[in-house]
Amino acid sequence: MVNPQMVMYEEEFNQIQTVVDRLVREANARVVFIVDKNGQLIAASGEVDNIDTTSLASLTAGNIAATGGIAKLLRENEFATQFHEGENANIHIQLVGNRVILVVIFDSKSSLGLVRLRVRKASDELNRIFEALLSKVQEPGSDSPFAEITDEDIDNLFND
Amino acid sequence: MSFINYMAREINCKIVYYGPGLCGKTTNLQYIYERTNPDAKGKMISLATDTDRTLFFDFLPLSLGEIRGFKTRFHLYTVPGQVFYDASRKLILKGVDGVIFVADSQIERLEANQESVDNLRTNLAQQGYSLEKVPYVIQYNKRDLPNVVDVEELRSLLNPMGVPDYEAKARTGEGVFDTLKAVSKLVLTELKRGG
Ligand SMILES: Nc1nc2c(ncn2[C@@H]2O[C@H](COP(=O)(O)OP(=O)(O)OP(=O)(O)O)[C@@H](O)[C@H]2O)c(=O)[nH]1
Ligand SMILES: [Mg+2]
Repeated sequence: MVNPQMVMYEEEFNQIQTVVDRLVREANARVVFIVDKNGQLIAASGEVDNIDTTSLASLTAGNIAATGGIAKLLRENEFATQFHEGENANIHIQLVGNRVILVVIFDSKSSLGLVRLRVRKASDELNRIFEALLSKVQEPGSDSPFAEITDEDIDNLFND
Repeated sequence: MSFINYMAREINCKIVYYGPGLCGKTTNLQYIYERTNPDAKGKMISLATDTDRTLFFDFLPLSLGEIRGFKTRFHLYTVPGQVFYDASRKLILKGVDGVIFVADSQIERLEANQESVDNLRTNLAQQGYSLEKVPYVIQYNKRDLPNVVDVEELRSLLNPMGVPDYEAKARTGEGVFDTLKAVSKLVLTELKRGG
């Protein structure tokens, strides 16, 4: 096995979605999303239709990776929190359990203090959910649906 | 690190284009972007210098279609090839599922190619991967230029393991999709094996 796989199941997904939905409301945020450290979007809530979440996910992960690299050079622990203030939108980025990234985008309807407070609570909950998810993935018997794909299935993907 | 999402019925994989500066990594992605249906691609992001050299990465999300009811999504990244951007290259390699090495076929870039393969091997090893185990293909690019090294010679220097390799002219697109398909197949085959 080259790589441990990241897996998402319905049960945990629903739990995560509940947390981000609530965070949008309680933090008065425009958008909340969760990305894994490799830049893949896990969940999103709020005004997601106006936002290119795939691009945002990859850039956020790149950003966290870059500041993580800087931290290493300074022999510092990873910078767990980042905040960028714009004219209309502000963005709060929080590393959760060194595994996933929680991003909150908000405007003047909210405040950094409120966002910080709500993010702290949500982080704890997310941490627990991801711990549980991880132990589930490591259980034997949770095998991939891809064990059964054939070479033909793979070839068919490219037949156009 | 592939990401299987049972909820969204999606599988996400990360492919990285590696190779020396100016070998044509970004050009590969640009060609794929131009030739892909709008509904199968997302926005291409390029974090580049004023002179169009990759500064951190290029990113292009692609959907390849469904396998057994799962949407297959590939996230394509390029690294910055210039030697002094090594720290960034290491970051981009994190969680990689498949690597395309783009070689510059020009005779004056022979050494740069070799250094870049060595650098790839080192950087993968630092993440606990080995080049022998990662799905890996090679592209000999810029075959349209007059001063190119014979493919046989490039192969013996850059491909001792005998992984799938392709000649390409990325500027006009020749060989670009063949290379991508080859690595995608290897990645999916790896998944099938439970990688
Ligand atoms: N003649 C020719 N030129 C090519 C080909 N592929 C790429 N180029 C040119 O080579 C130059 C560099 O290409 P890029 O794609 O930017 O190179 P890169 O590998 O991304 O370079 P870095 O970002 O510095 O690592 C550009 O001017 C391309 O047009 C090819 O097949 N033939
Ligand atoms: Mg480039």
